[in-house]
Formats: sequence, C-alpha cells, structure tokens
Amino acid sequence: MTIVVSIFILGGLFFFAIGVLGILRFPDFYSRLHAAGKSDSLAAVLVIAGVALYNLQDLSLDNLLVSLKIMLIAVFIYVASPTATHALTKTALILGFEPWEKGNKRR
Amino acid sequence: MWLFCSYLLLYCIERHTYTDIQHFYKLGLLLMKAKIATFTIMLIFWVIMSGMFDAFHFSLGVLCCMLVAYISSDLLFLDKGQPWLRELAGMLLYLPYLFWQIVIANLQVAYIALHPRMLDKIDPHLFRFDSSLKRPISKVALAQSITLTPGTITVNIHDNQFAVYALTKEAAEALPGEMERRVAKALEFE
Amino acid sequence: MVEHFFLGSSIFLILLILISLIRVVGGPTVGDRILGGNVVGTKTTVLLLLIGILYEDLGMFVDIAIAYALLNFIATLGATKYFLRRGGVDKMLDDVITRHEDASADASKGGSS
Repeated sequence: MTIVVSIFILGGLFFFAIGVLGILRFPDFYSRLHAAGKSDSLAAVLVIAGVALYNLQDLSLDNLLVSLKIMLIAVFIYVASPTATHALTKTALILGFEPWEKGNKRR
Repeated sequence: MWLFCSYLLLYCIERHTYTDIQHFYKLGLLLMKAKIATFTIMLIFWVIMSGMFDAFHFSLGVLCCMLVAYISSDLLFLDKGQPWLRELAGMLLYLPYLFWQIVIANLQVAYIALHPRMLDKIDPHLFRFDSSLKRPISKVALAQSITLTPGTITVNIHDNQFAVYALTKEAAEALPGEMERRVAKALEFE
Repeated sequence: MVEHFFLGSSIFLILLILISLIRVVGGPTVGDRILGGNVVGTKTTVLLLLIGILYEDLGMFVDIAIAYALLNFIATLGATKYFLRRGGVDKMLDDVITRHEDASADASKGGSS
C-alpha cells in the first residue's frame, strides 16, 4: 500500500516539475498555457489520489468521508482547470498578445 | 423529526406548484421532480461535507437543502425533463477514454518541455472547425476534452464554430475526429 | 520513514512554488502573472493536504484545501473577467482569429513557394 501511495505522489511531483519547467521554458504565453493547464491538473489529481489512498489505510467511517472529500477536490480541479485555461486564452486574444511564430526569438 | 421534515418539503413543493398543476399538470410534475432531485443531491453533498450525524447538524442540513431546492432548482436541471440518467451513463462510458487521452497529453508535454531544441518541435497556430454537435452540454464536454487532450486548447465557441489553438501541426490535423464521435455517442440522443 | 517521505514532498513542492513565482514577478505580460498565480494556487491546494498528513489532522486541512481550490478558481475567473467587461466579445474574437488564420496561411504559402 505504501508503495502504491509513493508511486502516485512521486508521479504527481514529476508532472508538477514538468509544468513549472514548461512555464519557464516555452516561448510565449499560449504555449505556457498548454504546459500549465495540462500537467497541473493531472499532477494535482495524482497527488490527491495518493493522499486519499494513504488516508484509507485504517478504514473507518470518518476516514471514508474525508477521502470522499479529497476526491471531491480532484473532481473540482478537473472541471475548473480547463475553464480557467479557456478564460485566460480568450482574455489574451482580446488584449492582443501576439502568438509566437516560427523564426521569432523567444519573449 | 424525519416525518415532519419530509411533510414540510412536500407542503412547500405543493403550494409552489399548485397553480401549475391546475393549468399544466405535466409541467408541475416535472418541476416537483426537479426539486426533489436537487434536494437529494444537496443532501448527499451536505452529508459528505459535514460528516456529523447528530440531530442538530442533520436537521440544519435538511433545512438548508430545502431552502436551496425551493429557490434554485431550475439552475441544476435546466431543460424540462432531460434524460440525465442516460447522460450520466454516457459520461461514465466516456471518462476512461478521456483519462487515457490526458495521460498521453501529459507525456507529450513532458517530451516537448524536456527536449533541448524545443523551438524546433513546436509550431503554434490558430484555426477553426465546424462541429455537428447540437446540444449545449455536449459542446461544453467537447471543449473541455479538447483543452485537456494533446496539444490543443479551445479558445471560443461561437454557434457551431470551435476556435482552437494548437501547439503542433499533427495535433491540429487530428481534430475533429475520434473525440467528436465519442462525445456524440455519449451525449447526443435526439 | 513515511513522515520523512511526506516532508520531502512538501519541501519539493515549496521549491516549485518559489520557482513559479519567477513568472508572477517577472512575467512579460499580464496573462503570465495571472497564470503564475493560478499555478501557485493549485500547488498550494496539494501542499495543504500534505501538511494535513504531517500534522495528522487531515479532516481539518481538507476543508481548508476545498476553500482554497474554490477561491483560486474564482480569483482566476475574476481577474480574466476584468478585461472582458466590454460588449461584443464574440465578434472581436472572430475578427482576431480571422486575422491570425490569414497570417498563418500567408506564411505557409510563402514558405512552400
């Protein structure tokens, strides 16, 4: 059980690191959104699932309810993250940020 | 206590929809169904969130849920009499495919972000495509799925046109394909 | 042993938060700053859960994490809506997208010929 939990959490931390690296390395705002919106949601859900499994180790009604709450956070993040990404893209297009094209240097 | 609460709930519903039942019997019945369904969902949420089962907290929850169901049951069940059970089943069948696509998307982002010559790998551009989906909920599901899957972000939905921002050429050519068909199979009935 | 593992994960997450603060402080555009805030918020939600395990009081920290996730989402939406207050957003967006499509079509034609 401990091994499964640590695999979940390590995978989540790996994808968090990928997300931060992508935010720092990608050349323009829109590609940064790709890195942030995708890896962050999967990473958060992986770590959250790991924590919920760890909490279920000694089974009781209270722990079951707490784990259900934790999975509720995961579902919420899954609904909220694409919506936030979508709103950010729309705002950026309205404000007129120029997308990066091949041949430009990074900003 | 239980009997009293359920009686109070029934009384509220009946008084509210009394004229409706007289004039549009069917519509009133649907409204009542929506209210009871909202109440049940809210109560399940309350029990999960509070985690206390003594009489005081539970009756407080029942009271709050009744208030919410009485005022705003038309927010959760927008269309009159939509087949939400079948929607739920369709979503449950669709979710494993979506999750697999999300894992693929993350591996692709990891590959691009870790690549030393990253700027050669990406070729971002905007494009639009027409979709054949009719219902609003399936459009929203498709938009969220596009955002979560490899290399694409939905920018805007205008009537039937999806504006999509793609990271690579291959990701742009994959749309609309497999995913739209799956969403149509899961959520389009009429 | 397990406590050390969770402590290490928390410290790693805090380091990641500090690194992503670079985008918040020095991002070239407003959007980068909002995006950085959103990313930091997601990490903080997870960090609160890990702290809950370290203090062995997960039931309390879960509530705080839920509130934080809701606040993070609402804050991002509010910050973006601040720029979208004017009307006719759909038409403006269509114009912008058409311009970009034309530009990319020109670029690909020029590249091939």
